[in-house]
Amino acid sequence: MSLVSEVVDNGRAVLVKSGSFTLFSLRLLRVTPAALRRTRLVVDQVYNTGALSLVIIMLSGLFVGMVLGLQGYDLLQRFGSTESLGVAAGLALLKELGPVVTALLFAGRAGTALTSEIGLMGATDQLSAMEMMAVDPVRRVCAPRFLGGVIAMPLLAGIFSMVGIFGAQLVGVTLMGVDAGQFWSQMRGAVELRDVNQGILKSCVFGLACSAIAVYEGYHAAPTAEGVGRATTRTVVSSSVAVLVLDYMLTAVLL
Amino acid sequence: MSASSRAAPPLGSAAPVVRLTGVGYEINGRSVFDGLDVVIERGKVTAIMGPSGTGKTTLLRLITGQVRPSRGRVEVNGEDVGALDTDSLYRLRRGMGMLFQNGALLTDLDVYENVAFPVREHTRLPEPLVSRLVLMKLQAVGLRGAARLMPAELSGGMARRVALARAIVMDPQILIYDEPFAGLDPIALGVVLRLIRETNDALGLTSIVVSHDVREISLLADRAYLLSGGSVAAAGTPTELADDSSPIVRQFMDGLADGPVHFHYPAPDYAAQLLDAEVPV
Repeated sequence: MSLVSEVVDNGRAVLVKSGSFTLFSLRLLRVTPAALRRTRLVVDQVYNTGALSLVIIMLSGLFVGMVLGLQGYDLLQRFGSTESLGVAAGLALLKELGPVVTALLFAGRAGTALTSEIGLMGATDQLSAMEMMAVDPVRRVCAPRFLGGVIAMPLLAGIFSMVGIFGAQLVGVTLMGVDAGQFWSQMRGAVELRDVNQGILKSCVFGLACSAIAVYEGYHAAPTAEGVGRATTRTVVSSSVAVLVLDYMLTAVLL
Repeated sequence: MSASSRAAPPLGSAAPVVRLTGVGYEINGRSVFDGLDVVIERGKVTAIMGPSGTGKTTLLRLITGQVRPSRGRVEVNGEDVGALDTDSLYRLRRGMGMLFQNGALLTDLDVYENVAFPVREHTRLPEPLVSRLVLMKLQAVGLRGAARLMPAELSGGMARRVALARAIVMDPQILIYDEPFAGLDPIALGVVLRLIRETNDALGLTSIVVSHDVREISLLADRAYLLSGGSVAAAGTPTELADDSSPIVRQFMDGLADGPVHFHYPAPDYAAQLLDAEVPV
């Protein structure tokens, strides 16, 4: 009996949370056009979430590309088609790994920073102080951060894929001896604009999801050290799951 | 934006600015207020006192519309705060300034930008005018020279003075202070005390000060309310409260450890809990 009531309670909690997130997202979207006019605030947030994530994105992209180069070479060698390494690396990075790994890294670096920053602003009464100054914190604090994340994500995913392709080329061509001409020409022949657009669309959707989750969790964090810590953890977990679920759904629709 | 655009009775009149009538409020089923009646008169410094946990800060949150009463009516300038929508509430708050216990300065902005924040958010004044406005308010609290310091570089007393400058920069009618004396050294305390009084009188404000510092309140307030058990235990001038002989007033004013407010939190019988392992902690 207690198990049943626990399941019911958990189910209710999930529904309440989903409703709360939906209402918050609608509120966020309603104030976003006004935030767009505050260019300076949005640019600052693109810098915070995007530019400050560049090192980790580029480093990860390089190594993911290099691993892809090694694994791809090993696999293609078995079929005697190592010259297709460029196609494999290009498609894998542009359509899948670029958007997904960037979103996961974004959740871990920028998402947690957003949540903890907004959560701490709540814990130190800064959000209440804004409300008392008749300034809506969702419009002034959450919306520019949300927009910053949404704008930064596709840019970061693009950089990740570019550096990844360079990493794959570094390993495939320079180390493994794949012909450079074949590597690039096959990639150019096989990768279509549709594939690039697919990656861009995915990273935009991931940007919306990860940024909305990060600001929601920060805004609703309990105003204690433990509350902010828990909210930060929830950001990483929820964003990662959301990215993987959305990735499957988008891939199924777009293929 | 200006105070002049708001219809208000003439300064110095004793018309109530804030009136709480029969207010009840519960948090998670626990009653905080039950039939609370408070009147804050225009132009005066009114203190809200009471032991910790009696809901002093909750009272401020009711007045500012951050929470809504379960019963009764909270009026500010004649408007029922509990019935206002978000836009009307924000309009009402433009006539209020609030000083939080820790200052609540925006940590990513320096002192100057913190004070300029409400001006930039609510007006499109040219920068030279914003600058003069900010510098005048900072001069009033003695911190013009600290304009470019970050909040992390300020002492507790300085942070509260900056918060005061920010609270008065939009020329509010009502200024609300939440525990303004907590954790201040005697010099900073004297400065804040003087600033509250001078700001109130010079700008013709109505000030509400939540505090449990009896000595400071007796020096500062024109009128004081003592809250206990969810309602007003006593009200009057600080002198009247000092002469009040009711047990709760005496315990609070004289700082007695035990009385109507018990030293011990409700617990099972002490001996039984020590001797009988069955009695849960």
